[in-house]
Amino acid sequence: MSDDTFDLSTLSDAELIEQVHDDLYNGLKDEVVEATNLFLSRGWGADKVLNDALVEGMRIVGIDFRDGILFVPEVLLAANAMKAGMEILRPLLAETGAEPIGKVVIGTVKGDIHDIGKNLVSMMLEGAGFEVINIGINNPVENYLAALEEHQPDILGMSALLTTTMPYMKVVIDTLKQKGLRDKYIVLVGGAPLNEEFAKAVGADAYCRDAAVAVETAKTLIAARRSAAAAAAH
Amino acid sequence: MDGAAPVLVIACGALAREIVALTRLNRWSALDVQCLPPELHNRPEKIPAAVKAAIGAGRATHDHIFVAYADCGTGGLLDVVLREEHVERLPGAHCYEFFATAAEFEKLSNHEPGTFYLTDFLVRHFDRLVIAGLGLDRHPELASEYFRNYRKLTYLVQKPDASLAAAAREAAARLGLEYDELQTGYGDLATSLAAVARRHEHTVTLEKKAWPR
Repeated sequence: MSDDTFDLSTLSDAELIEQVHDDLYNGLKDEVVEATNLFLSRGWGADKVLNDALVEGMRIVGIDFRDGILFVPEVLLAANAMKAGMEILRPLLAETGAEPIGKVVIGTVKGDIHDIGKNLVSMMLEGAGFEVINIGINNPVENYLAALEEHQPDILGMSALLTTTMPYMKVVIDTLKQKGLRDKYIVLVGGAPLNEEFAKAVGADAYCRDAAVAVETAKTLIAARRSAAAAAAH
Repeated sequence: MDGAAPVLVIACGALAREIVALTRLNRWSALDVQCLPPELHNRPEKIPAAVKAAIGAGRATHDHIFVAYADCGTGGLLDVVLREEHVERLPGAHCYEFFATAAEFEKLSNHEPGTFYLTDFLVRHFDRLVIAGLGLDRHPELASEYFRNYRKLTYLVQKPDASLAAAAREAAARLGLEYDELQTGYGDLATSLAAVARRHEHTVTLEKKAWPR
């Protein structure tokens, strides 16, 4: 063991939480895995480890990314560390049988093979309790329609990194309108060259600047839709 | 204005060499060129503000301004600035498109969406703008994340140079991608700047004629 490493098991729960946030920030996958296992061995529930350790840690990473303190490489390393922790927790979370708070179909549009941001959003949505069906990259409208039909989600998420591919989001939304399906789904869009104006212009419900905003927007819009449906039923 | 050419071209630093070459070759005396840092290539969200500031400063010295940027990943926000300022820019989404020209680039993208493009500039500065820009110098393990959906690297050649072609081929091997190259020349960069220069060359001629002997 080198001089700058120490035994995580000697830390109290509060210290270990702080440490795992630091380790996530620094993209230290092995340490995050070790801390995740330690929390579980101390009797923490998988959902508490997920929320207090991993999701909170990534929230801090997200803030510093938004503020220009961290950049894509650091966020990628942090995401990989979180993913490693989530892989331990996923089967335990499934065992609890907790209902997901909503279902999301998400994919990168036709002509675009970029998925780093989309995968980060998928992971954060999953961490927040959504069931996520990630349909990958380079999706023509037919893929979106098939996934919507098969999975009947609450939300459709579309991602694009290129100025040349982002207009395809309008093709998908217009097709949903033509088929009378647009109002069935909340449509969220995201990707580096997008902005609020573009989201409005293509007819999306919201533009999500980053993964944290995507999670908050998904929660807010699902809650609004459910309360509107409940009010209409009475 | 005194001493200045009629048109200020505010250009992406990644186009400096190409614009200077074109200006010399065509003897465009109507154009002054000012380049913004090429690092903006990796930070497109900073381009609109940087261009707006340069236009503001350029108004003090030049009657006309042209912007040698494409949309360059700004998602239309550069166009918002340019509409406000009544300034034109290069056509297309990015330098790959205006070098290859729109129709050709569309064919390339449709044929293989998983193509990573390099230009002469990006080959010359591959280590700084691609390797260090993506953090691969510090975290080479991230290469598989960035490039896992890419199949090939296409080098869009502006000015044939054996050493650059060799470097581009080496870059492809380094990223684990198939290699391909396409001679584009200066594409729409040349035609757009020629149109701007043509529009204003007569101003230079008239001014020269008006000079006292």
